[in-house]
Amino acid sequence: MSETKKTDEAVIPQQASAAEGSADREVLLKVEGLTKHFPIKKGILQRQVGAVKAVDGIDFEVRKGETLGVVGESGCGKSTMGRVITRLQDPTGGQITFEGRDITRLSTGQMRPLRRDIQMIFQDPYGSLNPRHTIGSIVSAPFRLQGVEPEGGVKKEVQRLLELVGLSPEHYNRYPHEFSGGQRQRIGIARALALKPKLVVADEPVSALDVSIQAQVVNLMDDLQQELGLTYVIIAHDLSVVRHVSDRIAVMYLGKIVELADRTSLYERPMHPYTKALMSAVPVPDPKRRGAKSERILLRGDVPSPIAPPSGCRFHTRCWKATEICKTTEPQLVELTPGQRVACHHPENFADQAPQDTVLLSAAKKASELVPDAVAGGGPVEKEPAATDKAAASEEAAASEEAAASEEAAASGKAEASAAGGAASAEKTGPGAKVSTEKAAPAAEDAAEAPAAGTGAGADAPSGEPEAAAEETGRQAEAGDQESAEAESGESAEAESQESTDK
Amino acid sequence: MTELSKTGAAVGEPTSGRQAPEAFLEVRDLKVHFPTDDGVVKSVDGVSFSLEKGQTLAIVGESGSGKSVTSLAIMGLHRLGTRGKNVRMSGEIWLDGKELVNAAPDEVRKLRGREMAMIFQDPLSAMHPYYKIGDQIVEAYRVHHDVSKKVARKRAIEMLDRVGIPEPAKRVDGYPHEFSGGMRQRAMIAMALVNNPELLIADEPTTALDVTVQAQILDLIRDLQKEFGSAVIMITHDLGVVAEIADDVLVMYGGRCVERGPAGEVFEQPQHPYTWGLLGSMPRIDRETSERLIPVKGSPPSLINVPSGCAFNPRCPYADIPKGNVTRTVRPELEQVSTGHWSACHLSAEDRQRIWTEEIAPKL
Ligand SMILES: Nc1ncnc2c1ncn2[C@@H]1O[C@H](COP(=O)(O)OP(=O)(O)OP(=O)(O)O)[C@@H](O)[C@H]1O
Ligand SMILES: Nc1ncnc2c1ncn2[C@@H]1O[C@H](COP(=O)(O)OP(=O)(O)O)[C@@H](O)[C@H]1O
Ligand code: SF4
Ligand code: SF4
Ligand SMILES: [Mg+2]
Ligand SMILES: [Mg+2]
Repeated sequence: MSETKKTDEAVIPQQASAAEGSADREVLLKVEGLTKHFPIKKGILQRQVGAVKAVDGIDFEVRKGETLGVVGESGCGKSTMGRVITRLQDPTGGQITFEGRDITRLSTGQMRPLRRDIQMIFQDPYGSLNPRHTIGSIVSAPFRLQGVEPEGGVKKEVQRLLELVGLSPEHYNRYPHEFSGGQRQRIGIARALALKPKLVVADEPVSALDVSIQAQVVNLMDDLQQELGLTYVIIAHDLSVVRHVSDRIAVMYLGKIVELADRTSLYERPMHPYTKALMSAVPVPDPKRRGAKSERILLRGDVPSPIAPPSGCRFHTRCWKATEICKTTEPQLVELTPGQRVACHHPENFADQAPQDTVLLSAAKKASELVPDAVAGGGPVEKEPAATDKAAASEEAAASEEAAASEEAAASGKAEASAAGGAASAEKTGPGAKVSTEKAAPAAEDAAEAPAAGTGAGADAPSGEPEAAAEETGRQAEAGDQESAEAESGESAEAESQESTDK
Repeated sequence: MTELSKTGAAVGEPTSGRQAPEAFLEVRDLKVHFPTDDGVVKSVDGVSFSLEKGQTLAIVGESGSGKSVTSLAIMGLHRLGTRGKNVRMSGEIWLDGKELVNAAPDEVRKLRGREMAMIFQDPLSAMHPYYKIGDQIVEAYRVHHDVSKKVARKRAIEMLDRVGIPEPAKRVDGYPHEFSGGMRQRAMIAMALVNNPELLIADEPTTALDVTVQAQILDLIRDLQKEFGSAVIMITHDLGVVAEIADDVLVMYGGRCVERGPAGEVFEQPQHPYTWGLLGSMPRIDRETSERLIPVKGSPPSLINVPSGCAFNPRCPYADIPKGNVTRTVRPELEQVSTGHWSACHLSAEDRQRIWTEEIAPKL
């Protein structure tokens, strides 16, 4: 079986040190101040009325031979970032440097030779292969596009690639529908590798696959990295997968990188409260740990709208440590310990960066009910009343909640509801999380046992509004992008037109 | 709501014969086949289990293994509309003493939404895009309760509040597209729970959601179950979710149950090679990253030409261990390996124990 051709020893124990060691490796890709805004146009004049700030100022670098993982909630800008760094979309601002060369403003023509070096693998193994083309023609498209004649001929090289990704050379004349999801994803990988790229950006390469098949593809990518010295940027929302494959990991929230660290530090000592919440939400496949779920931090509501992100720190509407400075001053991404960059005024697992500021925002007080005491310590968190008082307190809380929430919403800036196409007339509330008293105060589970009706706060995070509409346009836009992106990246669409023009 | 025994709810040998069982829900040898031009798709091919009130059964397995079809069968949804013409169902489904497979469609409809309700993976598929959320909940309530619109609306607001929708009195007049993904999912849960169903089936309720929203939703389901004592069937392919919420686990492969038992046992002492494969495929956030994943090779079986013998044999690394080619010729039946824990595999108990302790467990 090809996917287990490597023995376990061959791969692993070095990985941790590889992560540490990658610090001195050569930088392959450098991104500075990168932004990508999608204008929102309105009316017959198509006047611009706002912008979706999908990527809003990010800096990072990718070093040769490493895997950089990118995680974050849906809509936080991961895929956009991927498409911009591969220049499938033009950035709005910032600079992208590949092998020391500024590629930010290269034209499609100028990018063409670089397409050999930078490849993208897409999420959907079903949608990204042209159903009318044979596997052979799909995998050989990059050679035709780039006018490359591999040694020994295209067919031989394609068959070698198919073998490399664990498919049989006899598959050459078959069609995509004859393959399973995992096999199709392999075909996509074979195509991406055809021209021996230096950088592979993979957007959710395994999320559409069943777990049993996911593992095949994860192992394959791992093997290929060892064999060919590939550099990966892997975008995924599954934190377990990202942890498994990455040397370093960037955590995104609402168009920004909030934490960037090597894997071990990030998973063992997350410093950004959002990272911490994200990690704690991952269900652990061990029934014995069920009692320990009190470590879980529940975030209220959803990610605010990228059309009008909250002021200061964008996480302040959901953060249990947020103080006034978080609302007014954007924290910079700074290296707090070697190899760990964090953008937060009151980080976890590290000295407070704004110790003078101790008064929690009202939203933070509510959010902190969802944070177990064990993890909340360290920051300027005011302890909530003891659990027994909870029931009594909740009514009061509920009363003050509404005022607080709407005030917050106003503060965070109301986006025009009709901005994104005028579809939905949005309201001023964000979604809320219902929380049981038990969760809020795990320490006093018995006292709070009676799960009285309407327990906890039905409070809401003041998130940005025209979410639904924005989401919808986003979707459509994305669908469109994907197509053009694929065309550009030398997929079947372009292959076809290219072939006909060539003739 | 009566508190029934808390022991090994989903397991125990299903008693045969057309007799009302003791269990709240009992499924006996359920088969759901779809005749198509290419042949008969045996989506579910002999599945049995039982479930008590207040308990949660997780059904896991890869896509196409028959999880959703099983749950739709319980809800009686295969017999509706055009779909109904093209399905062959057999076996028995007993819900609270009533048999559903052979019941009149009308009978089943009366139960649906009242005694049993379902949450779907995609909330938009269960909600009408052009009707207000509140009206849809009101509708769901009034089908089973002879009350005025005003009373039903009050109930709808109460339910939205219950699932944590902020300002429910206002949001009740919102449309599905105005809700975010997580809110829609909560609204659908409100709709499913409006009649206090005794059986709640959740089909991948969090698969499309972010981990943060997933945590909120699981929390909600757990709380509501505690409050109303409902029985819950949770369909998922995320073993993390299973570990978190399930009392019992049923592992499906190729339309059949290959292993089932108490969650703790299935995670600690899994017996079936496919279950080992699932556990080995999954990167875990709570373990060392240094180990390589152990994928299940190959791809899921065709449900038209199910492999003979054990359906898992083309992918099973141990298919050659049982003597005489038995894995390729004889279909293994579920056998009890310990109290309430069943597995369908030809490997001897000794071989299973050896493979598990020597080969699999050390790598997980
Ligand atoms: N109406 C139908 N006609 C024909 N085949 C069907 C029908 N409904 C389901 N099937 C088939 O039955 C099998 C099981 O489907 P089911 O939806 O239960 O899978 P599942 O395990 O829930 O998968 P997933 O995780 O992808 O939802 C699939 O092969 C599916 O194609
Ligand atoms: N072409 C576009 N036009 C408008 N909005 C877009 C477009 N592409 C993406 N967006 C929006 O940008 C945000 C980030 O999107 P994306 O990068 O796809 O997120 P994800 O992290 O889920 O991959 C989302 O709010 C999305 O709706
Ligand atoms: S403490 Fe302040 S700066 Fe840090 S994440 Fe929370 S809101 Fe942002
Ligand atoms: S019966 Fe045979 S093929 Fe099936 S799981 Fe057991 S060992 Fe593997
Ligand atoms: Mg994406
Ligand atoms: Mg399904």
